[in-house]
Amino acid sequence: MAQKRLLMKGNEVIAEAAIRAGCRNYFGYPITPQTEVMHYMAKKMVQIGGNFVQAESELAAINMVYGAASAGFRAMTSSSSPGISLKQEGISYIAGAELPAVVVNIVRAGPGLGGILPAQGDYFQATKGGGHGDYRNIVIAPASVQELYELTVEAFNLADKYRNLVMILGDGTLGQMMEPVAFRDEEPIVTYEKPWATNGRGYNDDGSYKREHNTITSIYIDPDVLEVKNNELQAKYELIRQNEVRYEAIGLEDAEIVITAFSTCSRISRNVIRQAAELGIKVGMIRPITLWPFPTQAIADAAAMPNVKAFLDVELNAGQMIEDVKLAVNGAKPVYFHGRLGGNLPTQKEILDKIVAIHEGGKV
Amino acid sequence: MAIVFEKTEGLTGKPFHYCPGCTHGIAHRLIAESMVEMGILGTTVGVASVGCSYNSYEYFNCDMVQAAHGRAPAVATGIKRTLKDKTVFTYQGDGDLASIGCAEIVHAAARGEKICVFFINNAVYGMTSGQMAPTTLLGQVTTTSPFGRDASYQGYPINVAELLSNLTGAAYVERVCMTDFKNINNAKKAIKKAFKVQQAGLGFAFVEFLSTCPTNWGKAPLDAMDWLKEKMIPQYPLGCFKGEDITVQALDEMIAAKAAGEEVKA
Repeated sequence: MAQKRLLMKGNEVIAEAAIRAGCRNYFGYPITPQTEVMHYMAKKMVQIGGNFVQAESELAAINMVYGAASAGFRAMTSSSSPGISLKQEGISYIAGAELPAVVVNIVRAGPGLGGILPAQGDYFQATKGGGHGDYRNIVIAPASVQELYELTVEAFNLADKYRNLVMILGDGTLGQMMEPVAFRDEEPIVTYEKPWATNGRGYNDDGSYKREHNTITSIYIDPDVLEVKNNELQAKYELIRQNEVRYEAIGLEDAEIVITAFSTCSRISRNVIRQAAELGIKVGMIRPITLWPFPTQAIADAAAMPNVKAFLDVELNAGQMIEDVKLAVNGAKPVYFHGRLGGNLPTQKEILDKIVAIHEGGKV
Repeated sequence: MAIVFEKTEGLTGKPFHYCPGCTHGIAHRLIAESMVEMGILGTTVGVASVGCSYNSYEYFNCDMVQAAHGRAPAVATGIKRTLKDKTVFTYQGDGDLASIGCAEIVHAAARGEKICVFFINNAVYGMTSGQMAPTTLLGQVTTTSPFGRDASYQGYPINVAELLSNLTGAAYVERVCMTDFKNINNAKKAIKKAFKVQQAGLGFAFVEFLSTCPTNWGKAPLDAMDWLKEKMIPQYPLGCFKGEDITVQALDEMIAAKAAGEEVKA
């Protein structure tokens, strides 16, 4: 397969990947640092006969996604943290109505208007709910521009497979960085029948209707009916937990310290592993690729390994994923933390210093 | 025996949950009959809203989507942009459309979205037990304006039809009521015209229905009809605010030309 590598910006690759995945419906609202997704779509969608709508708000954009998904089409929106907060209403409705949709969050530092530089402070919001009610989004955290491409394509397949919202959780670094990306000649698009779509009942030749009317809804006034509906959702989430956990494990077999980090932090930590090895400290890493479902078992298994003495969780927040790491470790080994806030990134030296300190007796 | 009146297949037959004397039922029936008579029930997708009409997705016998509070025009935009050859409408009350959904309705109209919006104005929030709506009349007593709506304290009613008629993207805007046979017929004509405006691709079509809410107005059904005529119509005059000069004949010709053009293309 001929693989021409192109130098592209992360945000543009997300847009290109969505189009390659067969998405012809983009609805957005400007916000830094994800706006290049929108710029790319504004041009490309018109050229290929797709739909691009600059909505009046993030609320409207996510509800346009709701509409297009109801009609049975692949649809997406993208935004950054404050805008994603506004979309939470629609995200909850999409969960309730079980609509397939892809939402991209190129995270910036918060809370409030915060700043425009990269952060991972939306981990809780993305993985624990964000909107109201008992629901889960599949949350994918790519760590490179190449992964942004491949996992965005995959996100559309997963959304259709489970009739579920899939969130691509990046950050300002990933969205803004330029890296070489190799596009496939043909995308692994999986086509799912959507007999539930509200796209018109249709007429037979004799004038009769092709089917009964379809309805898309998230309201169930009868508590018993709503409980059944919720149990169905939970059964689906359990299936996703069983089937869709993705992570990368590096050097666990002889690691004394295991770093847990996703996306940008895993990129920085990867170099630290080499630097630690030069100092004679064996460091491994578990990099969750799906933040939900979380690789709980992989981390629990690592915690049970005799060679593993401690974990170091590295994040661009005050400690969010570390809660899931600790639940997985379940007290078997100590879990340390290093985080930066406000849009700052940790240096390799900061992380290495922490590793050395842990190695010298856990005085951190 | 000849059948002189029957249920419309535009409705599913599920019993309405609306209160006695409420005109939602009439509006539902008129929209449903119009879809059947125009032969578009199988090619229409409706969007229900939040409020008393939340359950309309179970009543209309076309495909229906239930939308979040105020967001129906955005949801309808997503549907219509993907299903360009289908007919799309929203059915929204005044709390939904004129309060929380103000941005969505204004921008759908401004974009000239080729959708129909059927707007039920009964001057209160019905479902949540009669709070003041943006459409509540000055002096009107509601559960959140217990001393009567005072302009100096709670501001003024919004005349949505007049507001939207100022937007270039709005092709057709009309206000109707359903208090008697003549007005019910006019309302049905407005519904059909709105659907045809969409089919002709002219832009955004909006019909406002002045409606009764006997329960929350604290009135018997017939008294509520009188109150609508005496109090609401002076604030919300009936009539066509945009697209009056577009005749049904002209619309039919445009629709026919469009259909012929598409066939040639195919």
